[in-house]
Amino acid sequence: MTEYTFKGQTDKGDEAFAREIREITRSRLDCCYQCFTCTAGCPVVFAMDYPPHQIIRMVQMGLKKRVLESKTIWVCATCETCATRCPNEVEIVRVMDALREMALKEKVKIPEPSVPAMHKIFLSLIKEMGRVHEISLLILLKLKTREFLKDMVLGMKMFKKGKLKIIPHRIKGLKEVKKIYDAVEGKR
Amino acid sequence: MTKTFAYYPGCSLESTAREFELSVQAVCRALGIELKEVPDWNCCGASSGHSVNYELSLALPGRNLAIAEQTGMELAVSCPACFLRFKRTDYDLKHDPALKEEIERVIGMPYEGKHATRHIMEIIYREVGLEELKKRVTRPLKDVKVVSYYGCLLVRPPRVTGFGEHENPVMMDEMMDALGAQSCDWSGKIDCCGGSLALTRTDIVLKLVGDLMEEAKKAGAEAVICACPLCQANLDTRQSSRETLPILYFSEMIGLSIGLDPMPWFKKHMVNPVPLLKRKGLI
Repeated sequence: MTEYTFKGQTDKGDEAFAREIREITRSRLDCCYQCFTCTAGCPVVFAMDYPPHQIIRMVQMGLKKRVLESKTIWVCATCETCATRCPNEVEIVRVMDALREMALKEKVKIPEPSVPAMHKIFLSLIKEMGRVHEISLLILLKLKTREFLKDMVLGMKMFKKGKLKIIPHRIKGLKEVKKIYDAVEGKR
Repeated sequence: MTKTFAYYPGCSLESTAREFELSVQAVCRALGIELKEVPDWNCCGASSGHSVNYELSLALPGRNLAIAEQTGMELAVSCPACFLRFKRTDYDLKHDPALKEEIERVIGMPYEGKHATRHIMEIIYREVGLEELKKRVTRPLKDVKVVSYYGCLLVRPPRVTGFGEHENPVMMDEMMDALGAQSCDWSGKIDCCGGSLALTRTDIVLKLVGDLMEEAKKAGAEAVICACPLCQANLDTRQSSRETLPILYFSEMIGLSIGLDPMPWFKKHMVNPVPLLKRKGLI
């Protein structure tokens, strides 16, 4: 196993991890020649610990732990600016998606836990009702993050303006949606 | 002549983006576009789907696409997130026969991708057209200075959305000009608002919204026109400056200028558009 020293830390490259990401994403990530275009256009790079081009480089090197435990993959806004401008058409967002999915599957330590918490709640609401009931999303997220007072005033204002639907709608085809979840989750 | 489409409203248009739904429905009715809601549609998965579960992110839109396909009509969508999820699902399934087979198995329905998914803005632009739109204006928008904010998901990735001109789109700008407004050129047209990070990393959204609003004001804008429920919500609720600009859906602007009653839509905004429009003598 090759050892890589990057940003003052030495890790062993995990060839299997690099191969797995390559195969899952088919993203042309080996074509990346570190031109920095993705990083230059990324709107949230200021909030990242590793900019996008470094994530791609670390995947190439197989630095699994550092990539999966990064803040970067969770603050990525999936705006597709990077992938659109990449001269080698590397599917950077697809790589970020795969890294997030892997980070959750392998239960690594997540530095931005509220982000995956929100995604999980969002998807569980679809499983329960077929559609996302926004009040339920907000309440469940608050219970999870324990930030009860956050955006309270804003929430009340939106409620008064009739912007928050009170009664959730359960679709008739809920069984079909549950079947979809079972089929997808059954493989995990 | 009426053109009919299958229509997918999406979850936001039933609640936080209610004024978007109301204005789209009213404008389409007035312009001869018939929208038939996809029966018993489910949530497309939006950003959360693809962020943590690739297969689910294809299956959830897949079910809707398969149901819509049975109607024989093209699928009209108002929300860019839903629009992109449908376009992406169609694209990925068409480029990977094994994946297509797998998703068809998961959703329990066939999907051939016979009919295109189209965004309401593009439908109005192409099916109605600028000339017809100009003819329908009864309340020209008196050169109110606007910037058009397209955001991310309507335009990127270009080979999936088919939007064209993804670095400098002009569709919305041209429509606003046709209505009598004055489109200002600005650098934030396709910049990200932070999307769903609004709930989990509000600090990021505050910064991005702050930058966008600064660019809009530099361009001389009196209002920002947008096409996405999340962009509109982020800009409408997270402006830090005391000098706030109203954030309006393109459909609200069309409705206002062709003589529909915009008040039920306007009262849902957090930054009230009424004072600006009153000053301009538009209401």
